[in-house]
Amino acid sequence: MYQYDTHDQAMVDARVAEFSDQVARRLSGTLSEEQFRPLRLKNGLYLQLHAYMLRVAIPYGTLSSRQLRTLGDIADRYDRGYGHFTTRQNIQYNWIRLEDAPAILADLAAVGMHAIQTSGNCIRNTTADHFAGAAPDEVADPRPYAELLRQWSTFHPEFDYLPRKFKVAIIGSETDRAAMKLHDIGIQVIRNDAGEEGLRVHVGGGMGRTPMIAPVIREFLPPLQMISYLEACLRVYNRYGRRDNKYKARIKILVHEIGADEYRRQVEEEFAHILTLGLEPPPAEFARIAAQFADPAFDPQAPEAIDRSDPDFALWVDQNVHPHKAAGYGIVTVSLKPTGGIPGDASADQIRLVADLARDYSFDEVRVTHAQNLVLPHVRRADLHALWQRLDAAGLANANLDLISDIIACPGLDYCSLANARSIPLAQKISQRFADPARQRDLGELKLKISGCINACGHHHAGHIGVLGVDRKGVENYQLLFGGSEGADTSLATIIGPGFSEDGIVDAIETATGVYLAHRSEGERFIDTYRRIGTAPFKEAIYG
Amino acid sequence: MDDTLIRLRDDAASAAPVLAFAELAETTNAAAVRLSPGDDARALLPLLGQLELVEVEFPGFNDGRGYSAARILREHGYAGELRAVGQVLVDQISHYHRCGFDAFRPDQPIARAAIDKAIATWPEVYQRTVDGRAPIWALRHG
Repeated sequence: MYQYDTHDQAMVDARVAEFSDQVARRLSGTLSEEQFRPLRLKNGLYLQLHAYMLRVAIPYGTLSSRQLRTLGDIADRYDRGYGHFTTRQNIQYNWIRLEDAPAILADLAAVGMHAIQTSGNCIRNTTADHFAGAAPDEVADPRPYAELLRQWSTFHPEFDYLPRKFKVAIIGSETDRAAMKLHDIGIQVIRNDAGEEGLRVHVGGGMGRTPMIAPVIREFLPPLQMISYLEACLRVYNRYGRRDNKYKARIKILVHEIGADEYRRQVEEEFAHILTLGLEPPPAEFARIAAQFADPAFDPQAPEAIDRSDPDFALWVDQNVHPHKAAGYGIVTVSLKPTGGIPGDASADQIRLVADLARDYSFDEVRVTHAQNLVLPHVRRADLHALWQRLDAAGLANANLDLISDIIACPGLDYCSLANARSIPLAQKISQRFADPARQRDLGELKLKISGCINACGHHHAGHIGVLGVDRKGVENYQLLFGGSEGADTSLATIIGPGFSEDGIVDAIETATGVYLAHRSEGERFIDTYRRIGTAPFKEAIYG
Repeated sequence: MDDTLIRLRDDAASAAPVLAFAELAETTNAAAVRLSPGDDARALLPLLGQLELVEVEFPGFNDGRGYSAARILREHGYAGELRAVGQVLVDQISHYHRCGFDAFRPDQPIARAAIDKAIATWPEVYQRTVDGRAPIWALRHG
């Protein structure tokens, strides 16, 4: 894992000092709320429906056990004893006092963490494959690139007042576990026919009110030109992205309006100029970072076989443990989706427990997934049973990864000032309706995603089943979408018909699963059957 | 208005009349020009040798196009005064400076001491820009 050196530490310390001064000026009235707003947003501090919300950056979703433990302690000390893991691999605290924000940032800085640029019209926290460095299908580890991006984007003076927010995701496998093509910039580390490592760069994807899949703007970029190329991509956007209408200000609209070819031409022109300026960190810097992501000391003798005599344990292994690149190891996903729970929420005690488990069983590492779960990336298969028992005792052993109850949901109208409808109670109802584990397993992989408004923080466009909450004449109403995917086969879900009440949409989803079961062929997931038979049988059954 | 002007330069301020970008086409010897956010800074590149002052207008502090305009001019060797004008706030001064601005005319006055403090906000920087500061990666690797 990457460790801050004195330079990195000096930067986050300076940020704490700067923000403490800004909060003091706001509290004394020297700064107006209008002037303070963009400053607090760049520190992840939102004013929500009931309180301030603080969003803490978890760069590329990677944490040490010490960092995770601090996140648990903050939940106890400054919030109501829990935190909420988000679809951007971050954590949010929903009940924060403005006066406490500087102290929280100081606590974070003490473990090399921060809330820098987790909001505002700037380059946000870079996200990455949560199985990076562990997945067997990886071409190269994306984390060294992600760390290079973190440093480059931190307090970038030219790109702090972009037309709109800007999100970058990076993966190193053909399997896309980061919804890469649904980002402003999505980068895939690849190998060309000559065996050289390089980057394929997609620009102009996104969800929100105008979902778009990012086209490829550069097929193959030499890896040590990434910073220069992104400078070019961002400069073209900063200069020509629309600022007349915030709903048309994301880079996807620019790329769409001028076309991918024209955008590419402008970027290449700017890139040629920028390459002359010497902005790229040297190979030695990449090597310094990459060395910190070297494999931990895997035991070459680690046995593959496990005792599956406990049936609950065996089910959990089958559902929540992925194959690892190292023999005798597994990748464990800790579900934060208990039956009837709030997706992504974890108590301070649960957070600290996962930190302990990471220390004891996973070389001190934890990941946060965009599906709002936690990952212990490097667990000896021989340790799985002991690990599972400790998770089970804390209510964290739900064997539902990628099943219908593994729901992504935004905070919705329970917290968010932008929401039109509640997401959490709906997620809880669906999870309860499908509580039977055998029934969930029979339905197989089914990604259900709920957003409480058109901004799509709950990724409803990318759900096999998506739900979008809207406000219809003052009443919460839920639209049903089918056919989205965030994987290598990225597709956008489409609305199938008129919306429903909260109870009505739970029934409609249940009906849809019945259509799937009646039509599925051997080995087909819900999304496969839907793609094969189309919307008609579903509409017929639901609206009949 | 002039009382809010703060210059970080030692030379005398240009006395030339400041032309709007649109007026440039009508003259051949402009020495001072004002860029609005939508104006293309690259159109000034042929004139860099004769320009003494470029004002970059910030009608709102949150319109960031002027940062790119400034940096482009400096990257192409412009050495004259680069002045941020308009809704220029102390919390953005560090960024302005890193992008090449060396003069400020804010709508609301800012004390010189506050400007100096703002420029010193970051003990180190991660990016190479046009302010001559060595980025952290250069400090790490000499």
